Amino acid sequence: MGTYKTSDFRKGLKVQIDGEPYSMIEMNFVKPGKGNAFYKCKLRNLLRHTTLDRTYKGGDSLESADVEEITAQYLYRQADTFVFMQNETYEQYELSAEQVGDAWKFLKEGMPCSIVLFNENPITMTPPNHVELKVEYCEPGAKGDTATNVTKPVKLETGAEVLAPAFINMGNVIKVDTRSGDYVERVSV
Amino acid sequence: MPQPYDFKPTAPWSHLELRANLLRRLRDFFHEHGVWEVETPLLSADTVIDRHIDPIRVTLATDSNGDPTAPAYWLQTSPEFGMKRLLAAYAQPMYQITRAFRADEAGAWHNPEFTIVEWYRPGHAMHDAIDFLSRLADALLHCGPARTTSYHNAFQRCLDLDPMSCSDDDLRRKAHTLKLLDAASLANAATWDRDTWLDLLLSQCVQPTLGQNGAEIIFDYPASQAALARIRPEAPPLAERFELFVQGVELANGYCELQDADELRRRNQEANALRQRDGKPPLPLESRLLQAMDHGLPACSGVALGFDRLTMLAAGAESIDQVIAFPIDRA
Repeated sequence: MGTYKTSDFRKGLKVQIDGEPYSMIEMNFVKPGKGNAFYKCKLRNLLRHTTLDRTYKGGDSLESADVEEITAQYLYRQADTFVFMQNETYEQYELSAEQVGDAWKFLKEGMPCSIVLFNENPITMTPPNHVELKVEYCEPGAKGDTATNVTKPVKLETGAEVLAPAFINMGNVIKVDTRSGDYVERVSV
Repeated sequence: MPQPYDFKPTAPWSHLELRANLLRRLRDFFHEHGVWEVETPLLSADTVIDRHIDPIRVTLATDSNGDPTAPAYWLQTSPEFGMKRLLAAYAQPMYQITRAFRADEAGAWHNPEFTIVEWYRPGHAMHDAIDFLSRLADALLHCGPARTTSYHNAFQRCLDLDPMSCSDDDLRRKAHTLKLLDAASLANAATWDRDTWLDLLLSQCVQPTLGQNGAEIIFDYPASQAALARIRPEAPPLAERFELFVQGVELANGYCELQDADELRRRNQEANALRQRDGKPPLPLESRLLQAMDHGLPACSGVALGFDRLTMLAAGAESIDQVIAFPIDRA
């Protein structure tokens, strides 16, 4: 395991504090001309998504974290385990329901997802920002009503429920933003 | 690795015009005050020994052939040595606008290569040196005459703390009360010395309040932060060092210069010992500056001003990249 000296500190650096992986999301270099250098850092815990504010003095160091981001396709769910496979290596990765969080409701077989590995073990999963999913159930839309400001809940093939315009019907395929859960557009009728 | 569009300058043309105008006004100001422009080497066999400034070492290709003991040169961290050798020889008022280099200093207010304005004027009095700095800042930034505040009073005003007589624990407690460090960073800081705590409180709490209504010059630094300033043997002893701040930005650092070569030898050894304790390489103790001081340096004051930061303030820029055409990652 390597270490990073303060002169290596920069945004995006992956480090380890108390055995947990962090990403340096902000770094401000402060130094009186003749005085000590200070590095004011904001760090995001990659496991728990909490943030830490830490100040380091020039010459301090942090342990590096073995963190890697890979793309793997979603295969299937077995009870509380979600299984993904990296296309190039056929390596399979299992994530718990807790690690997958709310993202489960957008997961469709074959979907390419981003998985963060810490010490080669998967810790978090992010689905694509936009996914196209079929509407499995909704109340029928009023004919000719193309207004987008009137919405209704629709249930998608993966189990997600989102708000979509009233003209959306069962069997339509819609594009959804997974970060916000918002309807983006109708892809096909 | 070059990225697409990396060839482009990061500073808008209007800021480069502003730089040019400020350079012209600086040269006019010095000319009007009878201060001569000089030039000294950027690449020197000697380097200033500062605890917290790391010079960049250069080996000339003809000397090296991979030999690690080949003669080393240093890119100057300031033109101090060259100019003081000129002073020892000619005792004339002089200034220089040049480049200085400091390893590992990069951020919103730092670039490892930067433009420094440095001047020296014969004379004893600190108030005269402070007054000259104040007039120069006003001529360039139109910030009015500088308010002058002692280091002691700045800490009292801002932190209700006497930086000269309080204990190291008082400094630690203040940093903790003000939540400058969380518990873990505080544990990390167990080995920090007094000057490190003072630097933290100064840079995080005091400095942002300095020069908020114009320019402010802080003077009479703790003797432990004298660098190359002379020390007045009072109780407590104070360094005749002064710094200019405008809108919370550190713009210039000045000294009533130390003239005693033996005192400089002692400080160099101390600075090197602290560097080694901080895990930094020691720097060469012998230099032609010491020879010059043995010969005799006239009583004088010297000031170094960060020209890029001056331009940032004049432009209202938030990052040094906006006033340097090609900062380090595009250099």
